[in-house]
Amino acid sequence: MSELLNINDMSVKFPTRFGEYTALDSIDLAVKAGEIHGLVGESGAGKSTLGAAVIGLLPSPGYISSGKIDFSGKDLTRLDQQSYHRLRGSRISMIFQDPQTSLNPLLTVATQLVETIRQHSDINPLDARSRAIALLEEIGLYDVEQRIDDYPHQFSGGMRQRVVIALALCTDPELIIADEPTTALDVSVQKQILELIRTLCTERQLGIILITHDIGVINEITDHVTVLRSGRVIETGTTGDVLGNPSDEYTKALMAAVPRLDKRLDRFKNIVAEDLLDSEDNSWRLPSASAEFASQWLLAEHQREDSRSSDAGPVVSVEHLDVTFARGQPSWIKTRANFKALSDITLAVRPGEILGVVGESGSGKSTLAKAIVGLVSPSAGTMTFRGEHLPPRLKRHRNHVARRQIQMVFQDPYSSLNNRKSVEQIISEPIRFYGLANDEKLIRKLVASVLELVEMPQRAMLKYPHQFSGGQRQRIAVARALVARPEFLICDEPTSALDVSIQAQILNLLKDLQQIYGLSILFISHNLAVIWQMADRVVVLKQGELVETAETEQFFRAPSQPYSQMLLSETPSLELIQ
Amino acid sequence: MLSFIFRRLLQSVFVLLAVSLIAFSLFRFVGDPVAQMVGQETSIEDQEKLRERLGLNDPITTQYARFVGNLSKGEFGFSYRTRQPVSEMIISRMAATLELGTVSLLISLLVGIPAGIYTALKRGGVLANVLLVTTLIGISVPTFVIGIFLIYLFGVELGWLPTFGRGETVPIGWWQTSFLTLDGWRSLLLPAITLGVFQLTLTMRLVRAEMQDVLKTDYIKFAMARGINYRSLYLNHAFRNTLVPVITIIGLQLGGIIAFSIVTESVFQWPGMGLLFLDSIRYVDIPVMSVYLVVIALMFVAINLLVDILYFAIDPRVRLHSAHE
Repeated sequence: MSELLNINDMSVKFPTRFGEYTALDSIDLAVKAGEIHGLVGESGAGKSTLGAAVIGLLPSPGYISSGKIDFSGKDLTRLDQQSYHRLRGSRISMIFQDPQTSLNPLLTVATQLVETIRQHSDINPLDARSRAIALLEEIGLYDVEQRIDDYPHQFSGGMRQRVVIALALCTDPELIIADEPTTALDVSVQKQILELIRTLCTERQLGIILITHDIGVINEITDHVTVLRSGRVIETGTTGDVLGNPSDEYTKALMAAVPRLDKRLDRFKNIVAEDLLDSEDNSWRLPSASAEFASQWLLAEHQREDSRSSDAGPVVSVEHLDVTFARGQPSWIKTRANFKALSDITLAVRPGEILGVVGESGSGKSTLAKAIVGLVSPSAGTMTFRGEHLPPRLKRHRNHVARRQIQMVFQDPYSSLNNRKSVEQIISEPIRFYGLANDEKLIRKLVASVLELVEMPQRAMLKYPHQFSGGQRQRIAVARALVARPEFLICDEPTSALDVSIQAQILNLLKDLQQIYGLSILFISHNLAVIWQMADRVVVLKQGELVETAETEQFFRAPSQPYSQMLLSETPSLELIQ
Repeated sequence: MLSFIFRRLLQSVFVLLAVSLIAFSLFRFVGDPVAQMVGQETSIEDQEKLRERLGLNDPITTQYARFVGNLSKGEFGFSYRTRQPVSEMIISRMAATLELGTVSLLISLLVGIPAGIYTALKRGGVLANVLLVTTLIGISVPTFVIGIFLIYLFGVELGWLPTFGRGETVPIGWWQTSFLTLDGWRSLLLPAITLGVFQLTLTMRLVRAEMQDVLKTDYIKFAMARGINYRSLYLNHAFRNTLVPVITIIGLQLGGIIAFSIVTESVFQWPGMGLLFLDSIRYVDIPVMSVYLVVIALMFVAINLLVDILYFAIDPRVRLHSAHE
């Protein structure tokens, strides 16, 4: 079979104030009809840029500086804007990452489908509508006749992604570029969507370029895979070959950094030599500040407390906890319709253990964290901290001991650090607030030391959050949580916004800190493989209810509840990787 | 939807009550109304009689209740200055102000929205930059300077347009309109432009900023990737999504235009409510001032209710949200 798309020696450049930046460097790529070609790589590798270049929507001021994109015999780089725009939708289409944002919220599904169909073929609105209905049925939507006139927000995430796929398919394109099509979805929905993409690809003989950072997805459905790094092709071949027998060092390291369900590791392998440790950054140091100093300072507190409470009662326990959110505005006439985010949750975190919390989106994982840390008021139930009653949200006074001893690391390091404050101000704030040190010199020394402890250069304290990458920001967030000398740390999806290599580093760091300081951690993640690597025990939540509590080993060998079994079976396997 | 409107109307009643309380206090406590009404030679006894007749000796709460009661019956009292009923004075002036406000709003929308879309799409283009800079001048020069400049250019130098008054008007019932005569339109043009320039700049910049945000969204990129034609892409997909914030601001501005067209009306001697208000201040005509306050509050409330109803028309998410309640 001849190739549908053949990219030949293509480079993409972005002119900037500091000269040209090469986003893609002599890329070769071929996609056949009826084949799913995976593009995998970490953020900044140029995966999305490659997709945008093929469909002719490179963000300004980027341009294709050399090479050819041969699409069924035509060179796309020579097309003028107008004919390119006609090609989009009719022959090449695209599926975006987040179904929440890729549909126009103000237009009905029917309007968007009919408009797209009529844009590319000369048929009347009624025929277009019946075609849309037929397509939605094929895609797996129920009650299509009634639901087609609904607006996007009336559909669930998975259904919305099906609508997105229908929109991409409604004009019978030959090539589809799917940019992270399942990243925003739960595993169970992800599995269905991936199966749908596979079926459509085979039945309609589509060529699909599947862009993802998730090796699991690659393993699950692609035929060929190309590994990108910093705009270059590192390795390409059939999926079995690349995953099972990688020839390049980077690919090998990438595979090793992926958390897996079948092997438990003590530490992840670090992929990248840390680029942040350049000489300029390292030369700046505060005298006598060091990781050892931070370590001693943090431990001093613990030893004092250990002698006080040596009995092994739980650090935090939660009994019959309910959290109810009110829907809509209060009214005199009707009682408020309420939404129960958590109901009857009972769990305990033992000293020095990592308790993993898993569940799909909407299962109440984050609500649980917020209730414990005091951001959300529970409607019923009790919480205790080291055997003492833990007052809920507003009743927990700001100098209550738990305010300091329970700290939290949030999911998105881009929004959890104040961009207007320097790293020094961010990290020293808890020290000052809790009065842990008063001497200015000591505070500075502590900040520098704790940065070193989380493997950041001391110089970082002079900079602002926007000067750091996601992984570095998350380290700063961890440092900020640590300086409060917490007993109990809550990590809410601490790595889900990060690349696998960075994820590996952060997970290693958390694990080390936990072992050294005997921290107890509540570790929330939707990623079962991460939980398997990190947690001692696992708690499964489903729609606000506690489904199962088990030791990690036992949970992953033989989960007792059907829901847990389903979660496990739907996580993409990595069987091709050695 | 209906329960929502009902709730808003209920809220509006409270807003109006609050404003009427302010207007009432203005009436009663800023100086002695009797002293302002009577001449110097009126005897104390006569003043006392007048006070009794006006009910000024009753308890404050009774007076306020009477004031609100009269307002709700449409009895606004009499002007100190002209001895005419206030309601007549306001109504005869309201037509002028509303027509001026409407036309200047139309000018600002008809120019501001297309210009906003254009400047959002042609970022850095020559015409786009020229538009941005010239309207910036429009917003930074005070309204009265623009008015005087327009009068000088079109009224004095070129002699094309009249420089004051409403020109010829035609009565439709109690409403005096200048929309039906050429002279009326000619008189309307300069003040409407003067009043509209500020709003125009604001609308344009708001539309531009919102458009730029919307154009970055995934659904626009997705529509682009589906090859939707540019016309529909920009107008139907993108512009519609900018409407909610744009309408909010325009609604607030419209209230402002009507309420505070005082400067423009005074420059052009436009016989509207603003000019009436100005005269009332000059002669401490408290009944007119307090009724003016209440009428303006009523307009703000009505416009905001209209804006809220428009949200329902524009955004299905708002419709659904209220259906759930």
